Amino acid sequence: MIRRIVVFGASFVGIGFLVLPVVAIFARVPPGRLVSQLGNGAVTDALRVSVETSAVAQALVLLVGTPTAVVLARRFPGRELLVALVELPLVLPPAVAGIGLFAAFGRFGLLHTSIPFTKLAVVFAVALVSGPLYVRAAIAAFEGVDENIVAASRTLGAGPTRTFFRVVLPLARAGLAAGAALALARGLGEFGATIMFAGSLRGVTETLPLAVYSEFNVNFDTALAISALLVALSAALLIALKWRPSLSISRFRFAASS
Amino acid sequence: MATLALDFALPLRGFELSLALDVERTVALVGPSRAGKSTEQRVAAGLARPARGSVRFDGEDWTPLPPERRSVGLVFQDYALFPHLDVRRNVAYAGEPDGLLERLRIAHLARAKPAELSGGERQRVALARALARRPKVLLLDEPLAALDAHTKAEVRHELAELLRELRLPTLLVTHDYEDAAALADEVGVLVDGGLRQLAAPSELVAQPRDGFVASFTGANLLHGEAHATGGLTQVQLGDGTCVYSTDHATGPVGVVVYPWDVSLAREHADDSALNVLRAEVTSVVEVGNRVRVRVGPLTAEVTAASAQRLGLRDGGRVYATFKATGTRLVPL
Repeated sequence: MIRRIVVFGASFVGIGFLVLPVVAIFARVPPGRLVSQLGNGAVTDALRVSVETSAVAQALVLLVGTPTAVVLARRFPGRELLVALVELPLVLPPAVAGIGLFAAFGRFGLLHTSIPFTKLAVVFAVALVSGPLYVRAAIAAFEGVDENIVAASRTLGAGPTRTFFRVVLPLARAGLAAGAALALARGLGEFGATIMFAGSLRGVTETLPLAVYSEFNVNFDTALAISALLVALSAALLIALKWRPSLSISRFRFAASS
Repeated sequence: MATLALDFALPLRGFELSLALDVERTVALVGPSRAGKSTEQRVAAGLARPARGSVRFDGEDWTPLPPERRSVGLVFQDYALFPHLDVRRNVAYAGEPDGLLERLRIAHLARAKPAELSGGERQRVALARALARRPKVLLLDEPLAALDAHTKAEVRHELAELLRELRLPTLLVTHDYEDAAALADEVGVLVDGGLRQLAAPSELVAQPRDGFVASFTGANLLHGEAHATGGLTQVQLGDGTCVYSTDHATGPVGVVVYPWDVSLAREHADDSALNVLRAEVTSVVEVGNRVRVRVGPLTAEVTAASAQRLGLRDGGRVYATFKATGTRLVPL
């Protein structure tokens, strides 16, 4: 009996601890004022920057990450090491990722570019943290495609390219979509690497999470409104992810009509 | 008819697959699992490269060609249908589907997804898809293994008929000798990566090269020591029993007796059969309209009616007899 009380009590405290900050964002200010704060120039600027940079970063991650995952899903010597290298940015402290980007692309970095403190710098920072998440999910998705089905396509006269687009990609689609959603959510929330490598220039590099930070000291209600917006976006992506079972059924319909 | 000529070697885990074989009509390779059967199909289809040797078709060297540039139709053991495409699109992936859907009687399933089909239906879809490419060679990997016993008999019959009509060089692999004998003109016994014997099914039964081939074709194999005695060969078995054969041999041999050549009786009948063993019935298994009865070291096949009349299900001791002329002696 006492054990049950302890277990249930602990889980109550645990769940409460996790949920309370999210609830508090919405409880502190009436919903009407939250919505009206979204019309604030600082918010719309940050939203525009976030949407633009996330869209470009996501496109880059999908275009570069998908072929990378195709290669890494094959078995070859040194593969484990390469996968570990690709996954490394996932576990790096964001500040270290920011310094790394400087060391690589800074004016005095390895490649001597003028990328820092531009919109492209935001894209780089976002892609560096969201890319590994997508590639990891995509490798698993490609590994999950039955080798015999791929072999069957080849014996039926389809070359590697046609096999990839007509068989491998449709079968890996559910896993790829999940990875993409996860990467997008992670990228939208990127803070540490962005503020170091891109700075926080309103309308240029100030994304939604950076705007939360700068409004924090100026207008707490605005900071709350942006936070509420980010919670809504993250929740929407999470729900999309949780719906994967229906996604994997509808993928058959998708491919059949393609 | 053109010929698929295989002559290659490929090291596998623990042994080397080494094969020289001309496929003109239907050839079946039978053997235990891990004998290299599936690898052989992959080499023929171009999905695996041989370490040495070649795959040729009608004089044309296929060895360096990828699967899509060979004209092979491969039916996979698990059929490997595209799960995201319906039956019609699965077949259309390789070529014009409509005639084949009709021919294999799956036109009514055109809109169904593979997950909705029975084993027999999937097999027909896999065949239709492989044929849609108009292949010059047909490769079947364990075509009946994924089917339940009831469906299997029916599908085997249909498949045999289809193969006869197609008149394509066909190479099929199976672990089941009966399937091989029912489907193929020639059967090769593949063991440890090598071809032990290649012959017509009836010849494999009549003249098995060794004990392995004999037991694989379903024969009883009794181990013993052979001595010549007055025109016949007497073989003393491990338990001291003597059996006689019209074959000639000396030293350690295997006595080959087919189950359908063994008669069972409750009483000792005074007939011409020279070999009589008296032993306990240990198992009775129905196989279609036949009954397979295990008696001591022998398996006998009798009709269901005979099994009923002799009360074999009740067990007890019976006399198993077989003629000296019905035995073969093979090296062990």
